[in-house]
Amino acid sequence: MTPLLDVRHLVKDFPAGTGLFGRGGSVRAVDDVSFAIDAGETFGLVGESGSGKTTTGRCVLRLVEPTSGDIRFKEMDIRALSARDLRHARRHLQIVFQDPYSALNPRMRVGDIVEEPLIIHRMGSREERRSRVAELFTLVGLDPADARRLPREFSGGQRQRIGVARAIALNPSFVVCDEPVSALDVSVQAQVVNLLLDLQQRLGLTYLFIAHDLRLVRQVCTRVAVMYRGRLVEIAPTERLFTEPAHPYTKALLSAMPTLLPGQKLERIPYDASSFQALPLKGVASGHFAAV
Amino acid sequence: MTPPTDAPLLRLDRLRTVFPLGDGREAAAVDDVSLTIHRGETLGLVGESGSGKSMTALSIIRLVPAPGRIASGRIDLDGRNLLDLDARGIRAVRGRRIGFVFQEPAAALNPVLTIGSQIAETIAAHDLARGAAARARAVELLEAVRVPDPARRAREYPHQLSGGLKQRVMIALALAAEPDLVIADEPTTALDATVQAEVLDLLRDLRAKFHLSLLLITHDLGVVAAMADRVAVMYAGRIVEHAPVDRLFAAPAHPYTQGLLACIPGQRPGPRLAAIPGVVPALGHLTAGCAFAPRCDRRFEPCDRTPPESASIEPGHEMRCYLSGGATPLARPSGGRA
Repeated sequence: MTPLLDVRHLVKDFPAGTGLFGRGGSVRAVDDVSFAIDAGETFGLVGESGSGKTTTGRCVLRLVEPTSGDIRFKEMDIRALSARDLRHARRHLQIVFQDPYSALNPRMRVGDIVEEPLIIHRMGSREERRSRVAELFTLVGLDPADARRLPREFSGGQRQRIGVARAIALNPSFVVCDEPVSALDVSVQAQVVNLLLDLQQRLGLTYLFIAHDLRLVRQVCTRVAVMYRGRLVEIAPTERLFTEPAHPYTKALLSAMPTLLPGQKLERIPYDASSFQALPLKGVASGHFAAV
Repeated sequence: MTPPTDAPLLRLDRLRTVFPLGDGREAAAVDDVSLTIHRGETLGLVGESGSGKSMTALSIIRLVPAPGRIASGRIDLDGRNLLDLDARGIRAVRGRRIGFVFQEPAAALNPVLTIGSQIAETIAAHDLARGAAARARAVELLEAVRVPDPARRAREYPHQLSGGLKQRVMIALALAAEPDLVIADEPTTALDATVQAEVLDLLRDLRAKFHLSLLLITHDLGVVAAMADRVAVMYAGRIVEHAPVDRLFAAPAHPYTQGLLACIPGQRPGPRLAAIPGVVPALGHLTAGCAFAPRCDRRFEPCDRTPPESASIEPGHEMRCYLSGGATPLARPSGGRA
């Protein structure tokens, strides 16, 4: 079976030290990253801040232009698309952002925010679009009557539902969820996660799920990839990764997970950053690859 | 640990902090909050945004932002009510008796001063040492918070440090005047998992070394499990449950606490999570009864009428919920079994 999304040797360099005293040069945020996601998967991408996970997610959609590498979505060569074809392709590839407070235009009514992608893609008449917006509101658990309100009238969890409604408006098959619940209150996070899972079932979505909450990743993802300093250091089926981590960084990361047993002090495994080497991934078990 | 028997270092008694709503009414961000912290003890204060946990901390050091104000209650530090102090008196308490660590160390450090001089300044401001002695003490403190190469780092500016190192510097600053109590408000929330674990280890060691009392404010029950001796859970300005940490995790009694614990991922076969329906009420939008009632699947007839009082379910374990038994808290002898 061909994967839905196939990313090979993705590289992203950002210019470094620009500005008045800039030295030129560049920083490699994503360094030779390869992975493939099958239809229907929830593929987790974990790593610390600065590891390159968000940049990887944005490169896949070309919200950030990759420096080199190959991105194939179904039959499409994403990197070869013209600006116009890319806009077309974005019907199928969408994103839910981390911060529901800054991701919504504060001056637009939330119904217009959800309708905007339909207008851009010239979908339906005004009437049809309005009824689609109402349907989307219902689908994400919001009252269609609230479509005339402004973002500030909604709580964080409701705003994230609006962000989700916008992302699924064009019936995409693939959605990058970039830390979709980390800005939300604990009791609201579960609601939004369940919404994403329900929508996946109903609409047949495939997710690239970027997160730093390892418990959440373990709960919702089918496979998990670990990033460190722009490199993928490990990919494995979720339970395998959590029970048999192979890369020393993954072991350190998992050992830092807080337990919910009071007083229990887990033995933490330190990671010596100076020992890090940019190695290629190699198979350590079926479906389990590590840069060791 | 054995329950402390001496008088508490800090005692909040029916603290109430209010904000005007603009229509003449006032809303309580902190409502009827009573709690104690003994010497060497860590109290975890848990809640979501808007629960009043940070406002409780700001009330203790009397830094409630205007137009908010402390309306009633007592805040006793070593038996002295901080609400009776004048501006000069409370300044002497801040930093000297009570140190603070905030979530965003970047915002709390002065960007144009080296970290060594910021710590030395704090030491000098409290007349503990001056000049070269204060600077030497600053380096010692950086060493105590495990900043590598402290003498060199003392000459650096905040922007030269990583997030984890900045938080260590923040902790060194909080300890500079050798306070009895440290209030840490989401001290590890902005940090990566491995750095968070290191900072929690550090706080645990410093607590033992300096015999510190800690008021640890967090939304993260994992941090509470790792650090706290006792836990108070806040919801909509009130403490809804208060228990020793083992007890709270083993036998949470309030439906909100039960819900918060249940919705942590990784506790049941996936992928769906247990969720609490609804949203945290906004300040000034409280119903007449229990603030959690609109989201509670166990609400019954009295819940919508009057907020429940805090009642003891067993020694050291209290909650504000009609499920605790009697509708009136005093109907049961204190310390009685549920």
